[in-house]
Amino acid sequence: MGRTTAFVLVAVGVLVTGCLGGTTVEDPARNADAKDVTLTIVANAVSGGKNARGADWIANWVIPRFTEAQKAKGVTMAVRFEQSGTADEAFKTKVALDFKTGGGGDVVELDGIWLGEFAQAGQVKPLDDVVGKADVDAWDGWKQIPEAVQGLGRFEGKRYGVPMGTDGRVLYYNKKLFAQAGLPADWQPRSWDELLSAAAALKALPGVTPLQLNAGTAMGEATSMQGVLPALVGTGKPVHEDGKWQGATSGVKDVLGLYQRIYRDGLGDPVLQQEANGRDRSFRLFAEDKIGILLEGDYFWRSVVEPKNGVAKMADRDAAVGWALMPAQRPGAGVGGQDFVSMSGGGVRVVNPNSRFPKQAWEFMRFLNSAEAVKASLAGTAQITQRGDVNDEVLAGDPMLSFVADKVLPITRYRPGLADYPKVSAALQQATADVVAGKSPDDAAKAYQDALVKAVGEGSVATG
Amino acid sequence: MAGLGVARAVGFVAPALLLVGVFLVFPALWTLYIGVTDYQLTGPAAAAPSAVGLDNFAAVLDDALFTNSLWLTALFVLGSAVVGQNALGFALAWLLRRVRPWLRRTTEGLVLLAWILPGPVVAYLWFAVLSRDGGTLGLLLDDPTTAWLVQYPMVSLVVFNVWRGTAFSMLLYTSALAAVPPSQLETARLVGANGWQAVRDVVFPHIRGHVLTNTLLISLWTANDFTPFLLTAGGPNHESEVLPVLIYRQALEGGRLGYASAMSSLLLVGNLVVALVYLRLLRRRA
Repeated sequence: MGRTTAFVLVAVGVLVTGCLGGTTVEDPARNADAKDVTLTIVANAVSGGKNARGADWIANWVIPRFTEAQKAKGVTMAVRFEQSGTADEAFKTKVALDFKTGGGGDVVELDGIWLGEFAQAGQVKPLDDVVGKADVDAWDGWKQIPEAVQGLGRFEGKRYGVPMGTDGRVLYYNKKLFAQAGLPADWQPRSWDELLSAAAALKALPGVTPLQLNAGTAMGEATSMQGVLPALVGTGKPVHEDGKWQGATSGVKDVLGLYQRIYRDGLGDPVLQQEANGRDRSFRLFAEDKIGILLEGDYFWRSVVEPKNGVAKMADRDAAVGWALMPAQRPGAGVGGQDFVSMSGGGVRVVNPNSRFPKQAWEFMRFLNSAEAVKASLAGTAQITQRGDVNDEVLAGDPMLSFVADKVLPITRYRPGLADYPKVSAALQQATADVVAGKSPDDAAKAYQDALVKAVGEGSVATG
Repeated sequence: MAGLGVARAVGFVAPALLLVGVFLVFPALWTLYIGVTDYQLTGPAAAAPSAVGLDNFAAVLDDALFTNSLWLTALFVLGSAVVGQNALGFALAWLLRRVRPWLRRTTEGLVLLAWILPGPVVAYLWFAVLSRDGGTLGLLLDDPTTAWLVQYPMVSLVVFNVWRGTAFSMLLYTSALAAVPPSQLETARLVGANGWQAVRDVVFPHIRGHVLTNTLLISLWTANDFTPFLLTAGGPNHESEVLPVLIYRQALEGGRLGYASAMSSLLLVGNLVVALVYLRLLRRRA
């Protein structure tokens, strides 16, 4: 017994002296002159799977060329690429745990919306602190990145990372199914009612789910970005305004009412929204001509139904897939009096404050964001990149992405980069899950309001 | 310690004590410590957590998700372990006593296989069976529209876990039944007892201790089992969110490490209580 007691005492001693959290800033110039350098880049991309093009680009283009260039300067550079091909939430958890334990890659790709949380946790730090202000300011790439896109890499006015481009959300529709249902090939709904009436027409087709609007908790942030938030800005107010989050407001209730009309009236498949891999399934069903209308980002066009490398290839994509702007609830009822709305996000690359080689990591970042590298990352396809010079050149060839750049980006909104946002987003996802599972919009809104007050405090919640 | 000496005895025990301390005592105490803070995975409370006393515990007990999860865990343990694995394990052991050795060995081998395969592998297999995308069960029943894991999540998990864990009960009961004197079974048969009466009045008194031990072990394993996460991830809409899944989701998906630690502590206490009750029963028997 004596020994056990002693052991417990030792353990308690460790506890008392141990501390949770706490971070320090190190010298940005450490190891700046090293001749033997190892860098690791971490991304949620995997060859042959999720974001395959990005993964292949890093592995086959970036790493060989960067290593070669360093060799010419007399530096033995080894770059490791840690690939992942998992759900965004799982990737975020992995990165947070990496940072928390003082590990992780030297350059890490994050979703821009996580930046606030990581920054507040001290897990990522302003670039000025990590690699030195002079070096950061000296990069000539900044002036190529539009102001709105640069915002993705900023938190509380400080630069934390370099954005990786942006995106926009539209309604994709299957023109073959539209033709069968007697709907026009150049469709553009002007209100939620018009959207639902098109879905009602598609309902006549056997084996076809007319309209899938992401809902529920299983899809995580996809529910917010491709569901609740675009609908919500269509009611006139963004989710966060004047320092307050929208509680059980009329806008939120209207959005939940829209979900009810879709999923309780048989226009959408409620089971799909509850399955563990529902989003992948929705991709596949759309590619198999079994979903009529789907709200998705331009990622869907570039990487999902893309005929050659997509995860749910559609050989006849260019002829069969149409796109339309997401309408506001009624014409002019959208945020800022708009007729149409969208939401945007984007990734951002950060330098890990724990990196052994911060200067070299920054050099690697500059290389990753050079015009030449960004162009190579597209591999002949188009995407809205972070660089204006590259966009001017590549978007012209792709009608869908030019549409996003010309028509969607001017009307889009970004999520608030606040640490509380994920909690609010989770509460909104839960509210849609409740409606899909059969709760009334009013009850779901009430439960949402309670959850929101619990999560962010009563003073930060707007009602009415 | 006759003949060994205190120093050498300590030497022998020290490695074990060290392992227990590092991997058992320390994490348990650490969990208790985090449980009284608002520690988070990200955000301001990750950099500077503050002590919140017993607030987490109060909030957990008031959390509808926790109550829901507690109920589901009880259902899972009762359905799949206490009743399912126990009954099926005993039935298999009892029925396989008299059959031909090759049949017994084949059956035992198959049951064991379910037990020794790695969790992700069996989860994938069951996913393939229960999926509505050409899943085996859907094809067999000619019913391609039922998503079993979504529409009947708890039933699926209970059936799965019975399949998964019966091997242990079967093995334990097989060896326990070997200890029942054949002469007593013979006597029972001679005085006209039917099968059920023989089990109840002759076999059960002999294996009572085994039943209790078995039930204790499989209950604890099932209550702490994380495999349900691989099958349903707690969904749909928390309908199969047993405690380990809830704790994982709160801690890592929700980032609320302090809150989830409080839940873990409560699960730990629950395990201890169950273990104590069983030990009590065992002692009373002795």
